[in-house]
Amino acid sequence: MDELMLDGNAVAGLLQEVFAVEITTAVGTCASCGAAGPVGAVHVYRGAGIVLRCPHCGNTLAKIVKSDSRAWIDLTGIRVLEVSV
Amino acid sequence: MARTAVRGRLTWQLAELVEVVAETLRVTTIVFDVPSWPGHRAGQHVDVRLTAEDGYQAERSYSIASAPDGTRVALTVQRLEDGEVSPYLTDELRPGEKIELRGPIGGYFVWEPSDGGPLMLVAGGSGVVPLMAMIRTRAAARDDTETRLLYSSRSEDDVIYRDELERLSGNGLGVVHTLTDSQPPGWTGYARRVDPEMLAEVAPRPAERPRFYACGPTPFVEAVAEALVRLGHDPPEIKTERFGPTGG
Repeated sequence: MDELMLDGNAVAGLLQEVFAVEITTAVGTCASCGAAGPVGAVHVYRGAGIVLRCPHCGNTLAKIVKSDSRAWIDLTGIRVLEVSV
Repeated sequence: MARTAVRGRLTWQLAELVEVVAETLRVTTIVFDVPSWPGHRAGQHVDVRLTAEDGYQAERSYSIASAPDGTRVALTVQRLEDGEVSPYLTDELRPGEKIELRGPIGGYFVWEPSDGGPLMLVAGGSGVVPLMAMIRTRAAARDDTETRLLYSSRSEDDVIYRDELERLSGNGLGVVHTLTDSQPPGWTGYARRVDPEMLAEVAPRPAERPRFYACGPTPFVEAVAEALVRLGHDPPEIKTERFGPTGG
């Protein structure tokens, strides 16, 4: 277990900044193991960028890099993101 | 939780410090007035942004400690000696001064009286803050949802909100402390880290389908969540919020 691990709540502000909707209650499906769960429950690691990992299989769900004016978001590891509209 | 989603892009707002309350030696509550505050739900947090004269910015997330109360928002902040943001918030910011803040943020680690219970809250250190917002919201709504708080602190002096928790106890709220490092003379309560046996004793049975909210440092939350699953509780009903050793 990594003491630096956080969860989806820790990046809620950033994700809402980007997607303009509350995202911790959105349900993501892991592209690797197929588990579906709320973004608030995913594992989050912060370094030079931010990595979101599946709490079930550890697959990288998303990678986010942010500068002052732009954000780069790799969502390869999420098959479906179900958002309340 | 098909509840009203918080809509729209988050924007930074100016928040004016109106009150400072010393909670423990290292923990302070700072109350802000945020004129355009849209209201919040217990468990949500805000991002705070400080900007230095040279333009350098530092951002941190803090849980909201207060029940919804108009434009007032209380944050309870633990001062980290080498932190970039917390020493400024707890020691330097004066009433009347302003900072930038955005929120409320989050919808996953949230409880409202209409969500019901039984409610089982498990706090490690300052992880009690968003759980206190739930307890205060419950009290403000005169809600009688059966609620238990298991609260782990190092010592009696490190217990945040000690008097208020005692005052609010009863009416379906039970508070159980464990003091892990030192205990006052005559202490008869728990005196060890939260473990499966303690959770089995304090938490409602799995058959009662309790809703769990656990907040604290990552190792604490991991241990609690693993123990609860082993005790037979339903994983989707175990909501967690972790904070790391960095930040502040």
